[in-house]
Amino acid sequence: MKLVYFAWVRERIGLTEEEIDPPGGVSTAGDLLDWLRGRGPEYEHALAEPRAIRIALDKVHASRTAPIAGVREMALFPPMTGG
Amino acid sequence: MTATLDIRIQAADFDIAAEVDRLRGAGTGAIVTFSGICRDEDGRLAALELEHYPGMAEAEIARIAEDAAARWPVTAITVIHRHGRIAPGENIVLVVTASSHRQAAFAAADFLMDFLKTRAPFWKKEHERDGKSGDWVAATDTDDEAATRWGRE
Repeated sequence: MKLVYFAWVRERIGLTEEEIDPPGGVSTAGDLLDWLRGRGPEYEHALAEPRAIRIALDKVHASRTAPIAGVREMALFPPMTGG
Repeated sequence: MTATLDIRIQAADFDIAAEVDRLRGAGTGAIVTFSGICRDEDGRLAALELEHYPGMAEAEIARIAEDAAARWPVTAITVIHRHGRIAPGENIVLVVTASSHRQAAFAAADFLMDFLKTRAPFWKKEHERDGKSGDWVAATDTDDEAATRWGRE
């Protein structure tokens, strides 16, 4: 699965995107967020405040309870400030 | 009635008068425009940098426009959202709605802007006049509250 990051999530993690292979048991977007936080201090720094992180699965807004089976691209980003 | 939807995400500026003219038609009695302009925040800002999620930005704005067209009898909706570096006084976003009567055009434009601010994947970073790269603009509760008044979610 491809992970893509935007705005300060991208800056804190230090990557725009990466390919990941999450372990078994990671079945929802929220599970994946929790697993990512354990990957290093930059992930912990970016994702420490879970309520500030928005999720999109294959370019559609999704909640933390959404299943990730079959998803090709998951995006993590802060609340949006366009317009 | 099927509304004509025109969604564009671009770095280039846009011509507001030309976009209004594009929506003139025999059955169109009302055209409403909203233009979002970059502020200088009391002289503090040199520019805003707008980051977006390519692909999702277009798709999400199209979903919002389809929702608006299903709620009000509009004949056409144009949304243009810029990305990249934008200086104070320059255009950021344009919403144009056309209808036979004004109420639908006003309501659809208002609805579009509320959801564009809270759901379209764009993020603003401040660049200050003293050369510093400033902070990411924080989302505001008032924008979230504005979006909830339509009872969409």
